[in-house]
Amino acid sequence: MELPQLEHTRLRRHDSAASVPQFCNSPTMIVMVGLPARGKTYISKKLTRYLNWIGVPTKMFNVGQYRREAVKIYKNFEFFKPDNEEAMKIRKACAAAALKDVALYFTKEQGQVAVFDATNTTRERRAIILSFAMEMGYKVFFVESICDDPEIIAENIRQVKFGSPDYADRDIDEAMEDFTQRIDCYRASYMPIDDEKDRKLSYIKIFDVGSRYLVNRVQDHIQSRIVYYLMNIHVTPRSIYLSRHGESELNLLGRIGGDTGLSPRGQKYASALATFIKGQKIIDLKVWTSHMKRTVQTAEALGVQYEQWKALNEIDAGVCEELTYEEIQENFPEEFALRDQDKYRYRYPKGESYEDLVHRLEPVIMELERQENVLVICHQAVMRCLLAYFLDKPADELPYLRCPLHTVLKLTPIAYGCKVESFFLNIEAVNTHRERPLNVNITRNPEEALQTVPDHI
Amino acid sequence: MVEGYPRELTQNPLRKIWMPCKNGHIAHRRVCMTNCPTLIVTVGLPARGKTYISKKLTRYLNWIGVPTKEFNVGQYRRECLKIYKSFEFFRPDNEEGLKIRRQCALSALNDVRQYLSVEGGQVAVFDATNTTRDRRRTIIMFAEQNGYRVFFVESVCEDPEVIAQNIVQVKLGNPDYIDCNSDEAIKDFMKRIKCYESSYQPLDEVLDRDLSYIKIMDVGRRYLVNRVVDHVQSRIVYYLMNIHITPRSIYLCRHGESDLNIKGRIGGDSGLSDRGKEFAKRLRNFLQEQNIKNLKVWTSQMKRTIQTAEILGVSYEQWKSLNEIDAGVCEEMMYEEIQERYPLEFALRDQDKYRYRYPKGESYEDLVQRLEPVIMELERQENVLVICHQAVLRCLLAYFLDKTADELPYLKCPLHTVLKLTPVAYGNFFLSSLFQNVNVQRSTEDALQTVPAHF
Repeated sequence: MELPQLEHTRLRRHDSAASVPQFCNSPTMIVMVGLPARGKTYISKKLTRYLNWIGVPTKMFNVGQYRREAVKIYKNFEFFKPDNEEAMKIRKACAAAALKDVALYFTKEQGQVAVFDATNTTRERRAIILSFAMEMGYKVFFVESICDDPEIIAENIRQVKFGSPDYADRDIDEAMEDFTQRIDCYRASYMPIDDEKDRKLSYIKIFDVGSRYLVNRVQDHIQSRIVYYLMNIHVTPRSIYLSRHGESELNLLGRIGGDTGLSPRGQKYASALATFIKGQKIIDLKVWTSHMKRTVQTAEALGVQYEQWKALNEIDAGVCEELTYEEIQENFPEEFALRDQDKYRYRYPKGESYEDLVHRLEPVIMELERQENVLVICHQAVMRCLLAYFLDKPADELPYLRCPLHTVLKLTPIAYGCKVESFFLNIEAVNTHRERPLNVNITRNPEEALQTVPDHI
Repeated sequence: MVEGYPRELTQNPLRKIWMPCKNGHIAHRRVCMTNCPTLIVTVGLPARGKTYISKKLTRYLNWIGVPTKEFNVGQYRRECLKIYKSFEFFRPDNEEGLKIRRQCALSALNDVRQYLSVEGGQVAVFDATNTTRDRRRTIIMFAEQNGYRVFFVESVCEDPEVIAQNIVQVKLGNPDYIDCNSDEAIKDFMKRIKCYESSYQPLDEVLDRDLSYIKIMDVGRRYLVNRVVDHVQSRIVYYLMNIHITPRSIYLCRHGESDLNIKGRIGGDSGLSDRGKEFAKRLRNFLQEQNIKNLKVWTSQMKRTIQTAEILGVSYEQWKSLNEIDAGVCEEMMYEEIQERYPLEFALRDQDKYRYRYPKGESYEDLVQRLEPVIMELERQENVLVICHQAVLRCLLAYFLDKTADELPYLKCPLHTVLKLTPVAYGNFFLSSLFQNVNVQRSTEDALQTVPAHF
């Protein structure tokens, strides 16, 4: 049944008549399924991060968290034995509490997607979730992870379980032993999603960390995007290097946008970058730039093949292109103030917003997920968007992330997140970072507006 | 350190792309999807939608800039045999028939090699039943010898209604059955399917676990995807999982005439003229008469399309991706002014209108890339009305009507005309052009036809 689209119908001035269409009418529950150490939490966290980044309010509900809060101290695997009635009661209560919070998230916090991260290995448990969802009018999409490769499972346990609060006081061998027995507790009663009996359900089954997928009854746009995303991510170790172009002529003059070449210091940086990259000894590095001269020039110094992406072009400042902040304040004081009020959603006249940027960068992120070692040479606003994706920064922090010139960020996925290493290559450059000033009112005076503008020629 | 680095950069005057002065390594994102060519191989009994999928996929890949061609083995058989007598030709014990069919497959593969290795094609779609493991092995070896990646697309369907409808929709019109009546044709075709059934070896989860493939079951209800190895395969899978065959119509039109249209100026973000508003009103009446089920309405984020939708009085969704092509420094100029101020640019545009990028603006090629998510969502949807702009409409139309990059920028998309696209056989579309009869002042580019446009 189609519910009327209420939120996004009429033209509203300066509101986010979204640059992307609304994805779903009813809220969606993504329900993980699988034995422990099958990557459910990894998938849950990554998916949540991705959906939030593309603008779909999403929250993860990890039932194990609820259990840790209820039980306080984890003794051993005996808690998970199928005949442990006391524990069963607690675990059921935790799941119920989590579902309650899911409902709150949808109704009170305008959430659109909830990721229900638990084993959900019995048909009984899944039936409870399904009837809950049906009663509340939520769509359900199952994500089952199936893997029997002992090496992958062992590596998984090593990477994430040892760091878990459950095993904080144990040594490695004890923890491994206990966790293995924990998995066995689930194994006996594990009923995978059945392709026959469950043919009416919507789900994706992921086999062996992505070498095979079974997809059943994708209902709508958001589920289709989720499937596409899940089919593109991988767990092969690799690093992503993010850098801006070398300092440009316009950077020196404190002017934004444009399409100029590198300053002499920028050229120096390009050479330093080449040396740095060589020193990293990266296997099969792909290099990407935008279509703008300054990134292409920077890549040229590396002496390797590179790919140009128009999608990596800097944010289009429209009528403010090539102006200094002082000139923007003089010519467009109201625009300047509005930008400070909501830098993420603010769109330059005849230009773009950060929100637009995210939308245009989504295919870049998707391809970055598919790739292995990549160096992306881009621009300040673009780099902020990419960084926000990898480091799970929300929309209001994104436009203020620090991405200085002549600094390479090395991102390496680890456990559930991303390790960041910052390398300043010791070539001086202007500062192009403008903090949010104290007064963002359109009635403010020029000094207040220009309070945080960095120095330039 | 390679000598000569960093090299001097110049900006290609047509595409506005920075590249090294001497021909260096430049990978233009659009085209660089795979390293080696890809051979897509369909698998499945007759009447399972293989040719539908082949044609649609070919159309999509070409539109996004991946040179693709389909090779239908049935075509080769028809050219070889000239006259189709009956299903007996397909009997598994018909030695003569088997020989001819094998020859046809090899002949098609030869043409595939010509296309991929000599003519610079990137993807070839090998459309045939390919129902035996033996036949598939032949193809795999052929691909290995030539350095092609293979991706199988198997269509499995046991629903008798779907199959019957398939036969009625496409087989009855097929050259094989041109002289038969419907009942005869259906009977013969069913027997034809039977000939394949006994020797059909579907792709097997275990035996074929090292192959790259997608198995489409029951017209898209379920998919099995195995070993996607590169970007183009990933895009193909995503596309195949979004298309459907539910009957529906797509309506395309431009915004009503705008104030800048009247002045003969391009781009900008002006509102509707009085005639433009009149068009919107007529459009509203038209839609009410048509009584379209669950119609979704999409606009761009420019005032003139939104105003048009507002007059319709229905809810609509705004897509920034549907905004008109950005004419950069030429925004809001008249063609005469562009000719005067930027004569070189004006000339370059006429040289290659598809790839030409306005200074600080976009090209049609850029437009196609930004419209790809719109097309993907149009494939997912059912009845949709898209209110957009001239260049955008040309790109969308080129996708649906399989127009080449050279034809695309010259497709006729006059104001105050609604184009209705109805799917017909093999994923193609029938276009009808519906006029709203609100006269529009002619501008240099728009010549309003009083005769429906030919495509």
